[in-house]
Amino acid sequence: MNQNTPSGCPLADNPADRAADEASQVIEDVTGSDYKYGFTTDIDTDILPPGLSEEVVRFISKAKGEPDWLLDFRLKAFRHWLTLTPPKWAHLDIPDIDFQAISYYAAPKKKEGPKSMDEVDPQLIDTFNKLGIPLQEQQLLAGMAVDAVMDSVSVKTTHREKLAKMGIIFCSISEAVKDYPDLVRRYLGKVVPYTDNFYAALNSAVFSDGSFVYIPKGVRCPMELSTYFRINASGTGQFERTLIVADDDAYVSYLEGCTAPQRDENQLHAAIVEIIVEDRAEVKYSTVQNWYAGDAEGHGGVYNFVTKRGLCRGDHSKLSWTQVETGSAITWKYPGCILAGDDSVGEFYSVAVTRNRQQADTGTKMIHLGRNTRSTIVSKGISAGHSQNSYRGLVSVAPKAEGARNYTQCDSLLLSPHCGAHTFPYIDVKNDSAIVEHEATTSKISEDQLFYCNQRGIPTEEAVGLIVNGYAREVMNKLPMEFAVEAQKLLQISLEGSVG
Amino acid sequence: MKDILLQVNNLHAGIEGKEILKGIDLTVREGEVHAIMGPNGSGKSTLSEVLAGNPAFTVTEGTATLGGRDLLALSPEDRSHEGLFLSFQYPVEIPGVSMVNFMRAALNAKRKYFGEEPMSATDFLKLMRQKRAIVELDNKLASRSVNEGFSGGEKKRNEIFQMAVLEPRLSILDETDSGLDIDALRIVSGGVNKLRTDRNATIVITHYQRLLDYIKPDFVHVLYKGRIVRTGGPELALELEERGYDWLKD
Repeated sequence: MNQNTPSGCPLADNPADRAADEASQVIEDVTGSDYKYGFTTDIDTDILPPGLSEEVVRFISKAKGEPDWLLDFRLKAFRHWLTLTPPKWAHLDIPDIDFQAISYYAAPKKKEGPKSMDEVDPQLIDTFNKLGIPLQEQQLLAGMAVDAVMDSVSVKTTHREKLAKMGIIFCSISEAVKDYPDLVRRYLGKVVPYTDNFYAALNSAVFSDGSFVYIPKGVRCPMELSTYFRINASGTGQFERTLIVADDDAYVSYLEGCTAPQRDENQLHAAIVEIIVEDRAEVKYSTVQNWYAGDAEGHGGVYNFVTKRGLCRGDHSKLSWTQVETGSAITWKYPGCILAGDDSVGEFYSVAVTRNRQQADTGTKMIHLGRNTRSTIVSKGISAGHSQNSYRGLVSVAPKAEGARNYTQCDSLLLSPHCGAHTFPYIDVKNDSAIVEHEATTSKISEDQLFYCNQRGIPTEEAVGLIVNGYAREVMNKLPMEFAVEAQKLLQISLEGSVG
Repeated sequence: MKDILLQVNNLHAGIEGKEILKGIDLTVREGEVHAIMGPNGSGKSTLSEVLAGNPAFTVTEGTATLGGRDLLALSPEDRSHEGLFLSFQYPVEIPGVSMVNFMRAALNAKRKYFGEEPMSATDFLKLMRQKRAIVELDNKLASRSVNEGFSGGEKKRNEIFQMAVLEPRLSILDETDSGLDIDALRIVSGGVNKLRTDRNATIVITHYQRLLDYIKPDFVHVLYKGRIVRTGGPELALELEERGYDWLKD
């Protein structure tokens, strides 16, 4: 991903401009609006037959050699899941999903984990190359450590040794269960309990892999930690689980990228991300989500039902979510912050693009519990085609959250007369000293703007890309550099053919 | 005699069924400066928008050629590539899009049209710096979003800056002097004069003689109710300044 970024481009004075420039350069090479990542990799895969039962949960746990407490956690979650029905409150038209028709475990065939790069299946490496993240070069790239999760198993974590010297743990969650069972046990399910919702219960029962990060007290992680998720096997679901703990005074920036191959049938993705932020610690979590969105008529595509939540437990702690959502047939996700520590800060910056028949219902929850807690929400929805794009956000201030402040800005940009943009803000304030602001706008790209661009020689499609990137810039600027370029490219590619 | 750059014959055009231009004839040769004056609502801005291809307007009759090519058959962006530039009366703001990115997209679109490779970042930066100097636009302005938060004068300077980068054959300046103080007027018109060659041409649309002290026209046309009712030399502008338009309205 980032190795393609031209460096030293001296066009502008600030990195955002530079990123934008690089982005527009890359975009020029891109033609056609076909899903760029729609290839599959022919790797031997161990797939469990479709269906979900206690046996399947036990199988997964056993296959991963898990301790009893984790099997117990899974089984409790599974039994709870059986009592639940899928949530229907979102502004989404979700077809009935047959949860017994999905395979809950697919692992690339490897008896032993690779000890070095030479042992990694060459085809797997090729897959990552197509995604633009050659692991071999990743090793050499400064400032990035990558944990690549394909289907259900974490393939390889780079840079681990260097990080280990600082006491930073960055590994797959399966390895963490083996190597740091106490840590995992202490935090797993504490922010998102398996009782949280239907998909959280499902994930807790069958989660296959994901990443684990622990930053010890006082340590600033010197590089961006990065995970790429990719669903490859047909008819499988992906249920990864990420757990990030930043101890007192720690700092980490974490990047999550997602792609999936083009397939006719729908694929289920139900992930959980849990983050714990202790005293004065800070976590930045950035996502660029580009799961396959289905074709123009709405066939195929990923159902993305994700529960992401962080607990700002420490005083003066800070958690910042940034997401660029361009993919998936259906997106259902609300990364939230529980601001428990006094003076803790929560941020949510989001760009959600929908086109064709895509549906997105996304937003955040800011739960103010501690005193003088602050939160900022900036949501930019961009809708095209026949898509439906909803912002849904909760700002709640508890009785004891003296001096809480929230600022919410919610903008919608409509690119077609057939799409829908909706805003569902929920505000629940139980303390008189709280200040909660909400601003919302809905706009279209004006004919004047397009004609101005045309007059300068910029064709309409390119003009729309420019204007949309400009519209989303406030959020894009929050992304780490490597991601910003990729994300802008995605925005542009996503919107090709959406005008008119 | 110089070659004809713009040839407009019997041009009729309107918006939403309402005819505004009622038979415009205009010939602009290389190296010439034409001023188009006229009272409010006479169709001056419409003429410039129609020539630039604003889809909001419909041409109902007549022809227009640029360098011999049928202008009316070209898309707005191709008219731009073929060398037509419109300095807008009210330049639109494009939030979040930096001038650098905007101009780079514009310039590279033009190069693509002529089958050239995109300009390298280094060369482009150099070009921006050179062209900025022509209208005394500072670096900060060039890295800000397109026209966003620009003062009236800055917007007009920014228009001429873009004109400098794109090097058009025919520039139409639509009331570029409106809202300018005397210093800005001097800078803007100085920029226009620096860009003049004997191969390009300029159409200046204005209400006031004042601008024509800075940009000397070869011809002055008076547009009234969608027709050019009088054409003369620079002295016509002085006469208009003195007598107003009423004497031409019969």
